[in-house]
Parts: sequence; structure tokens; C-alpha cells
Amino acid sequence: MVSKQVCRSLFSNPTWDYRTLAAADEVTSHIGSTYLKLTTYPNQIEIVTSEQMLDAYSLIGLPTSYPHWKFGKDFVINQNSYVKGRSALSYEMVINSNPCISYNMENNTTCMMVLVIAHACQGHNAFFANNYLFKEWTSADSILDYMAFAREYILGCEDEYGAEEVERVLDACHALMHYGVDKYRKPAKVSALQEKERMKRRVSARHENYNELWRTLPGAGGSNGANPAVNQPFPDEPEENILYFIEKNAPTMPVWKREIVRIVRKVAQYFYPQGMTKVMNEGFATFVHYHLINRMFDEGYVDDGFMLEFLHSHSSVLYQPAYNSRSFSGLNPYTLGYHIFTDIKRICQLPTDEDKQWFPDLIGKDWLEEVHYAMNNFRDDSFILQYLSPKVIRDLKLFVVLDEEKKEDYQVNAIHDERGYRRVRNALSEQYKRSFHVPEIQVEKVDRHATNTLHLTHRIAHDRKLDAKETQLTLKHLRYLWEFPVQLSSKNKLDINEEVFDCP
Amino acid sequence: MSNIIDRRLNSRGKSIGNRQRFLKRVEEQIRKALPDIVSQESIQENSTGGTVKVPVKGIDEPGFSHDSKTGNKQVVRPGNDRFSEGDRVPKPKNDGQGGGAGGPGSNSPEVTEDDFVVILSREEFLRFFFDDLALPNLVKKFLEDATSFQNRRAGFTKYGVPSRLNIKSTYQQSLARRISLQGIYRKKLAALREQLPATSDDAERERLQAEIEKVDRLVKTVPFLEDLDLRYNHYEAVPLPTTSAVMFCIMDVSGSMGFHEKDVAKRFFTLLYTFLTRQYENVELVFIRHHTVAKEVGEEEFFNSRESGGTVVAPSLALMHKIITERYSTGQWNIYGCQASDGDVWADSDANESARMMKADLLPLVQYMAYVEISNRVKSSSLWRVYHKLADEKLFSVRKIYETHEIWPVFRGLFKKTNVLED
Repeated sequence: MVSKQVCRSLFSNPTWDYRTLAAADEVTSHIGSTYLKLTTYPNQIEIVTSEQMLDAYSLIGLPTSYPHWKFGKDFVINQNSYVKGRSALSYEMVINSNPCISYNMENNTTCMMVLVIAHACQGHNAFFANNYLFKEWTSADSILDYMAFAREYILGCEDEYGAEEVERVLDACHALMHYGVDKYRKPAKVSALQEKERMKRRVSARHENYNELWRTLPGAGGSNGANPAVNQPFPDEPEENILYFIEKNAPTMPVWKREIVRIVRKVAQYFYPQGMTKVMNEGFATFVHYHLINRMFDEGYVDDGFMLEFLHSHSSVLYQPAYNSRSFSGLNPYTLGYHIFTDIKRICQLPTDEDKQWFPDLIGKDWLEEVHYAMNNFRDDSFILQYLSPKVIRDLKLFVVLDEEKKEDYQVNAIHDERGYRRVRNALSEQYKRSFHVPEIQVEKVDRHATNTLHLTHRIAHDRKLDAKETQLTLKHLRYLWEFPVQLSSKNKLDINEEVFDCP
Repeated sequence: MSNIIDRRLNSRGKSIGNRQRFLKRVEEQIRKALPDIVSQESIQENSTGGTVKVPVKGIDEPGFSHDSKTGNKQVVRPGNDRFSEGDRVPKPKNDGQGGGAGGPGSNSPEVTEDDFVVILSREEFLRFFFDDLALPNLVKKFLEDATSFQNRRAGFTKYGVPSRLNIKSTYQQSLARRISLQGIYRKKLAALREQLPATSDDAERERLQAEIEKVDRLVKTVPFLEDLDLRYNHYEAVPLPTTSAVMFCIMDVSGSMGFHEKDVAKRFFTLLYTFLTRQYENVELVFIRHHTVAKEVGEEEFFNSRESGGTVVAPSLALMHKIITERYSTGQWNIYGCQASDGDVWADSDANESARMMKADLLPLVQYMAYVEISNRVKSSSLWRVYHKLADEKLFSVRKIYETHEIWPVFRGLFKKTNVLED
């Protein structure tokens, strides 16, 4: 263990080197594991240049990915706005993998490096390693291998079937990426090795290609004369994972396309928890770095100057512009998450009468245990529903605006007062649900009599219709994958079709 | 335990491949935007470097999404400073997504198609620009006239003159050979030497001693250097392409050439210049203006000062010929000429004389000559008629332009890839 004097002098030196980073890592993980009782994956800290950070941006943080123009487009956009000074690059980027890779920008100051190591290598890392969504829905151990495998496979397909055809398939899959996720059923863990074996099996064994639909062809399948299967609805239950359904059931799709669909599906699955835990993840990491660095100060690892710079950075991260500010661009997930986690601690330690009424279960409990419990077992919407306290609502002065299609005005539905707390909490939780952003669409049935038409159903919620143009374009992609007509019906609560999109 | 890795020295440009894919996807649009860019001033402004912006559409990635104008949504906003429950705020008039004070506004600033531009580097722009163009006879010139050569290092060879012996590489070979050939003897030797102190029998000792000496000799028979080991520096004669070009701009500045005509001519010259700078390291420009007399001038004067009077073409060609013979020997220079005129000449005899000089004096010397007539008249001018007869599309081409947007197609037509290699 490095001595406190050495740390102090390292951390107050404006230029950092390997020893600084090693010391920061050692001290934060020591305090993290003893004081905050964090369990993490081993860390891999990588120092990168701004160019490399831009590269990492456009590959959504993965060190490698299959080639596609979409990543090039993202790169061009990021580069443009960075070069023009419209946006800065972040100080770090962290990947949910084992070991947990974090990219730190080379032009960070010493203080920023320590902060970033506490934030990413302890906070995010612990979150990845412990939150139930990440544990059950992603495979941190094998994602890097898997992406390397995916890249190799897709490059191989390009050689064999032509880059254009592969691009067409990927375009189509990307359009449906939000619908390549198992939300309820736990997905199998990915593994490059198993993947290769499974692929061999799929190719070699004819019966693996056996298709439910072929049974409907006259003369095929069992010779029972009239085939009873035709009258059976297929699939038995509506399927929310459209890409999965395509991969398994597209009637005439060649095997290599099925594999590409599978790859995109697995990538979508990997990123699914990140979208669902933005507030918690950032909030928890901020909570962790704040506690770690304050503890370091208390124990004498850092000096006053360091703390001033730290507090400045910390409060800029938590800056939440008001709704009518020029720089407002939605709720800052760092702020919201940090406030809720901090308030859990406060409620455990110094509850008010209000807290006793709202959170009877937290009163008198060990704050660290409760914070861990919250971090482990929730995702954004349930976390907010469970823990958003009246005090946080008051502190952030949250209010609910109702935007009704038919009205001329917006209506302020609830504000931070006694009558409003619950409504604010519900509305905010609703806002972080997936269905708020992603329309609910499922595979309803396949018409097996003649046309093989794929029927999708969109369940209309809150009278929100589908964007007609986007829907039509997406259906075209789906049509390409399915290779037979596709139809999407928007149904309201009474199961009546409001709109039908056709792609014959 | 944590790993700390400095990635800064790793290869950059991981995204280059994907960026190229993206550019390929918008290639068609970039090509479509080229004529606009050419007819705006930007080419000339940028001919020294910088970037070119190409607006890009149709690269959105579709997906199922809600129509933002429909439905009833509740949105939570921070920083309430004036509202009570039940307050109403009028929606902004123009659009539901205004985001003005009080309104929920859009969630995040998204990149719209309008402000999405691809910034091409100069190199990339020119690649698109000249992709399917090549100067006529260019390849030929490169192949035929590669008169000068330069010796470049090209690895090692086993045969050569002693002065080019590469000692280091030769020694490496020798060392490798000696280690491999002596190895077996050395092993044996070591084994024998180990046995020696262990044996007490004198006869046996002697036998071993003899054996050792024999093997030792064998070791020494492997020579230090053999012919096999010799390595010589190898040089290859790389043909040095002629890297200099001179471009003659000849323009009629008689009274009949108005501002518009000159402007078109200028754009055409600029384009040609840019094209040549791409092909050659060093491009010189010679400006010749003429009305009744021909005169070599600077660029500024060439385009800007205005003169009037009648037109005689032949003297300008004579001047060009004179400048070539005096200053630009054909062995070292690729010569390009471009003549712009409205086609009006004083007399038919002048036109005939020009054609004769063009054929006899100039065309044998130049790589390529183009005549651009800036005119919208239907009737052919006398200069056009005689030149047209002469034009063979390989060495000499004639074209008509009147509007600026016609420049690009004509330019492409002039410099379309010719099958020079098949000749």
C-alpha cells in the first residue's frame, strides 16, 4: 500500500504518470472494498487520445465490432461536432466486460484521473458486477470474444456473399434492433466458442432447419391427409422478440443470414440493460466517487487543493439546468440518480416524520446495506417508483406536464407539493419505462394458408400512434428479412384496428 | 489486480474503414452535388486545401417509433419556478416540438438532415472529383517518357559486386550456418568432455582424447565465411515520372468577351489547374491573352483587366510556341493547353492560319489541347469549324459551353478516360 504522503504528493502534482494511476487505483479499490464494501470485476484502465475516444464512441464503447456504415456515420457526426467545438468528449468510457475496461482521456488532469478511476473503475464496475439486469442479461466474461467472433463472421460473409448483401441484412436487422431483446425470458449467455459449435450443428444437421411452416405444405410432413396444423394459430403465443422470431421461423432465409440476425440480436441484448439503468448506473457511480474521494480526504490521501478541484468537477457533473434554461436538454441522469441514492442514505440515518410515513422500511436500517440492495435489485423505472422521495422532488422542483393531442394547451398536472408527489413519481417512472420510447409491437401470427404473411400487432398506449413514414420504412426492412408480405395493425384497448400498415 | 495500459501509441483510425463505408453509401449524393460545388466559387477558394461540405440526405436509420404529434404524454421537468397544479401553458404555434419556455419540448437535440454535412478532406474531394477521369495520354506519357531513373534500396541479393557487400547481413547468414552445422559436433564434444574425467582406464582415456581432437577438428572445418553467406545490397532502378507540367491558358479578351464569358473561362481554367495539381507535383501556369496582339500576363491581369478591339487568334498560338521552345522543353515538361474564346475572329484567313499552326507546331509538342468556345449561338463560328475538323479527341478536343453549370459535364467529357493504354 502506498503511503499517504506519497499519495498526497502524487495527487497534488498537476502532471500524472503511471505511478499516479496505480496509486489512485490501489487507494480507491482499497477504500471501495473496505468502506463501501464494493465487489467489482478486475479493472483494466486504458489511457487513450481524443481520436481513440472518438473511435470508441462510434463503436458504442466496444473495443471491436463488425464493420458497418452506421458506425462510420456516427463517427462523422461525433467528429464534426467535436472538431467544431460543439461538444466535448467525455472524460472516460467504461465497458461492461470482465475485466472491466475503462478508457480514460489522456488530457484529464490528475484530479480528474483520480475522480474518473473512482467513478468508473469502482462505481460503474460495481454496478455492472452486481445489478441483476447486468448479471442475468449480459455476459461480461465473454462479450469481447463474442464481438471478435461476430466481426470475423461478418467479414467472412462479406467475402462469400458480397458486402452489399451483408450490408442489406445488417441494415434490416438494425432497424429492428429494439425488437431483438428478450425482456422477460433470460437469454442464454453468449460465448464465441459455443457459438461456433452451434453454428456447425445448424449447418450440418438438416433437421435443425426443419421449419414449422413446411408442415403446412401439401404432402409435406406427416401424411395425415388434411393437416390440422393449418388451423392452429402460429405462433402459439405472441412473440415480442421479432428478430428471434425471424431467425427461427423465416421460411426461406439462408443459414448465414440467420446467423447475422442472431449476432445483431445478441448485441441488442447486451446493450439492453444499459438503456434500462441509465439513471441508476450514473447515479450510483457518482455516489461512489463522492464517498470515496471524501474518504480519501478524511484519511489524508489528498489535500485541500485537490478537494477544491474535485468539488468543482463534481458539481458540474451534477448541474441540472431548469426547464426554461437555454442549456436544458432533459433530466440529467447523474443528478437524479445521485440525489436518490444520497437520499436513501439520509433517510436511513436522519429520517424526518415525512420519511417515516413514506419509507417505513428504511428507517433505522444500515444505509450501506440499503444502498446495495437498491443498486442490486432495480432498474430505472422500478428504482424511481420505489425510492424517489418527496425531498428529492422538492429539491429538483419536479413538475409534470400533460401534453394532450387534442388540447391547445399543455397542462401542469402535478408539482412538488403534498398532492403531487405520488403523481410526479408515477409519471417519472413511466417516463423511464421502455414502452415510453419504444412502441409495443409483437408478432401476432403467420398466415400459413397461402401467403405466409407475417402479422404484427402494435398495442396503442395513451393514444400514441406510430410514425407512418418510419413504420413503412421499417416494414420494408422486415419484409426483406421475412421474404414474404408483412402487415402491421395498430390496435387500441378494445382490440379494434385503428391503422393498418401493409408491405405486400 | 488492475491493469493499466497506455493505448495512446496504438494505431489510430479504427473508424477509417467504417467511415469509408459510410462515404461509399453517400457517394451517389456527393457526385450529384459536384456540379453545384464546381459552379459555386468554392473550388477555387479551396484549391489550396481545406474542406468541402456536401449536404447528405437519406442516411437515416428507420425504426418503429411514436408519432410525436399524437397521443397524450406526461413529461416530468425540473426547476419549477412558477407553476401550480392545473396551470395551462399554450403550446408553441409552429410545431409541437418547439421546446420554448414552459413547453415540454423535444427530449434531446437530434441531428437533422439539414445540418448534417460530410466534411471531405481535400484529398477525398478530389478523389471523388476526378475518380473516373484521367488526362488523355497521361498514362502513356508516364510509361513512355520515364527517361530518368532513380536507384532505390530493394532488400538484399546473393550476387553482386564487392563494393555492395552488406557486412551485417552476411555475418548473420554466416552465424546461422555455423551454429546449425557445428551444433551436432559441439554436442558430441561436450558429451565426450564430460566422460573424460569419469574414466580411469588409460586406454579408454586416450581413445576419448583422440576422439575429442577429431571432433574438435571437425568443428573447425566449418568455415567462417562461404560464398553462400554473401549478401549484397540490392538496388532497383525506379522510373521517375516527369513530375512537372505547364498549363497554357489562352483567352480571347476582345470586346466581344463580356464578364460572363470571362467568368466561365476562369472557372474552366481553375478546374483544369486543380486537376493538374493533382497529377503533377509541380504545375506552372502561363497566361496568354490576346485581342489583335497576344501578350503573356500575370493571373490577376489575365482575368481582370478589360480590353477591347477585334480578335486575331494566330499570334497567341505563335507566342505559345515561342514560350514552349524557350522555356519548357518537352522532355521535362508535360504541356497542356487550353484556349477559351467566343469564336469571333477577324477573318477566315486568321482561323485557317490558327488551325495550321495548331496542327503543325503545337499539337506535336503538347500532351493535350482543348478549345472551349463560350457561346450560345447556334451557328458555328469560323474558328470552331476549322478546329472541329482538326479535333481528334485524343490530343485535341473542342467543346461549347455557355452556362456555368455546363462546365462540369463538358470537363468530364473532355477528360473522360480514354483507352490510351490499348494503342
